Amino acid sequence: MLLDQDRIFTNLYGYQHWGLAAARKRGDWDGTKAIMDKGQDWIVEEVKKSGLRGRGGAGFPTGLKWSFMPKQSDGRPSYLVVNADEGEPGTCKDRDMLRHDPHKLVEGCLLAGYAMRAVAAYIYIRGEFHNEADILEAAIAEAYEAGLIGKNACGSGYDFDVFVHRGAGAYICGEEMALIESLEGKKGQPRLKPPFPANQGVWGCPTTVNNVESIAVAPTILRRGASWFAGFGRPNNTGTKVFCISGHVNKPCNVEEAMSIPMRELIDKHAGGVRGGWDNLLAVIPGGASVPVIPKSICDSVLMDFDALREVKSGLGTAAVMVMDKSTDIVKAIARLSKFYMHESCGQCTPCREGTGWMWRVMERLVKGRAEVSEIDMLLDVTYQVEGHTICALGDAAAWPIQGLIRHFRPELERRILDYRRAKAA
Amino acid sequence: MTDAWQPPAAPAQFAFSAENEARARTIIARYPQGRQHSAVMPLLDLAQRQQGWLPPAAIEHVARFLEMPRIRVQEVASFYTMYRLRPVGRHLVQVCTTTPCWLRDSDAVVAACKNKLGVEFGGTTADGKFTLLEVECLGACVNAPMLQIDDDYYEDLTPEATERILDAFARGEKPAPGPQGGRRSSEPTGGPTTLAQFTKDG
Repeated sequence: MLLDQDRIFTNLYGYQHWGLAAARKRGDWDGTKAIMDKGQDWIVEEVKKSGLRGRGGAGFPTGLKWSFMPKQSDGRPSYLVVNADEGEPGTCKDRDMLRHDPHKLVEGCLLAGYAMRAVAAYIYIRGEFHNEADILEAAIAEAYEAGLIGKNACGSGYDFDVFVHRGAGAYICGEEMALIESLEGKKGQPRLKPPFPANQGVWGCPTTVNNVESIAVAPTILRRGASWFAGFGRPNNTGTKVFCISGHVNKPCNVEEAMSIPMRELIDKHAGGVRGGWDNLLAVIPGGASVPVIPKSICDSVLMDFDALREVKSGLGTAAVMVMDKSTDIVKAIARLSKFYMHESCGQCTPCREGTGWMWRVMERLVKGRAEVSEIDMLLDVTYQVEGHTICALGDAAAWPIQGLIRHFRPELERRILDYRRAKAA
Repeated sequence: MTDAWQPPAAPAQFAFSAENEARARTIIARYPQGRQHSAVMPLLDLAQRQQGWLPPAAIEHVARFLEMPRIRVQEVASFYTMYRLRPVGRHLVQVCTTTPCWLRDSDAVVAACKNKLGVEFGGTTADGKFTLLEVECLGACVNAPMLQIDDDYYEDLTPEATERILDAFARGEKPAPGPQGGRRSSEPTGGPTTLAQFTKDG
């Protein structure tokens, strides 16, 4: 188990104050200027060496992403945009960082922004996090007041601003190109890539979009060293991670653990175990709503990291672990996610706009068994027609939960169809 | 129904209050020169907080304020779920029913809300105090089931706690938001399994 001394988010639960004085006691803003003095390339290299992969779901190497930003400006300013539009069902980790440990994020903005030669960071926070955004804005005001950001940030000679931009209720704005559109004052509909944000992001300027957690862990990595962070988890899956454990566990919670921790250990140690005991487990969605569900037989031994979960045809995603015990109507649980994606589709691409509604309607019939057995394969076929045929990954995210359901619970779908037919005949 | 809620008529005119106009200028200053369109979302929020909803006059005002075509503001206002293009009751009760909340019996919370308020989703109570809405994931999943009233999250709900909260609002009180089952935030019930030195109370 990860030791407390190696936990980054020491105020994850908010037992202490979020403000600057308490944050400094916890180690934030300690020697920030000295880190900046080591240079922009050193920071990018160190983050690369730490093995940090993006914590927002896709797992792209963070240091590599930063290195795509131009080293020489062509006249356009560069921007860091922080994705705090947390909305992937099951996921509520950024919320704790924003309301309980905001200075980690603000300091991370400065260091990451400096490393990528950005002039400012815009933190795009979901509008429903009203109180969290108020705290974040207050933390930013404290940092300006103390000279930590703004002109000559931390006495480094570097000028850097941090702003908060509040969303207004749209899951799609968690997609980086939709987020950029939204930040420009438009409806949040994703743009085609290329051009990639590092070339043409917000206001046509070089931009990097990072998840809250990716930015908030950066100062600690830079203070304690890449090898410290890389010492947790398996190669290619390094570091610590905040997991969100929800659903049918005795004690749902957020907790920071080492990457690659066995799923069972994570649930048993921190979430009080599965309701009714491990043998009462039916299935787990291990990384937020978008990743395919896995049955107990896989959960018995799977590790919580990018590669292990990909090997079992699921994913680490946002590390939001949704636990379902044997009382769960698994078809309904997935059908509810289909409804979510239908609701959140931005409507720009036809396969997603039409497909998410079509898939949800079939899923609703499958809940009752009011379908033909052949429709299971038809549904599966439609998921493949949506997947990969849209501008952004929302279409994929709508397809994957259904694919996971059919992969592991086809007999349950068939049973319901036959039961329905039998009941109707009787 | 004779006692149904009569929503207020759309005002013919809307303008920011002096205080909100000053706020709007501060918000615009966050964005680079010439990029004031970026302020459309926070300005719509300001207008909505002033008026209670976004009548056409408010959308027009924001469009003029930002020198944006009215249709561009309209399409933003109609895209995002937090903008109210029709009047709502004094308190907006938004119940999350997405899978993580559903697994923790959000159905019972929904039933408690409908029962207590006597309205279905989308409905407003006859006295105009509450509008009830079903919403997608609000991002408090380890504290499920939960709902949002106005700007605050009420978490770890039971049907009883839900009714108690709604009763309090009906009396004009504002009960303490957050988890209702006794824990502080997202730590495991009964106390954290980690961070021993950092989670001492007091």
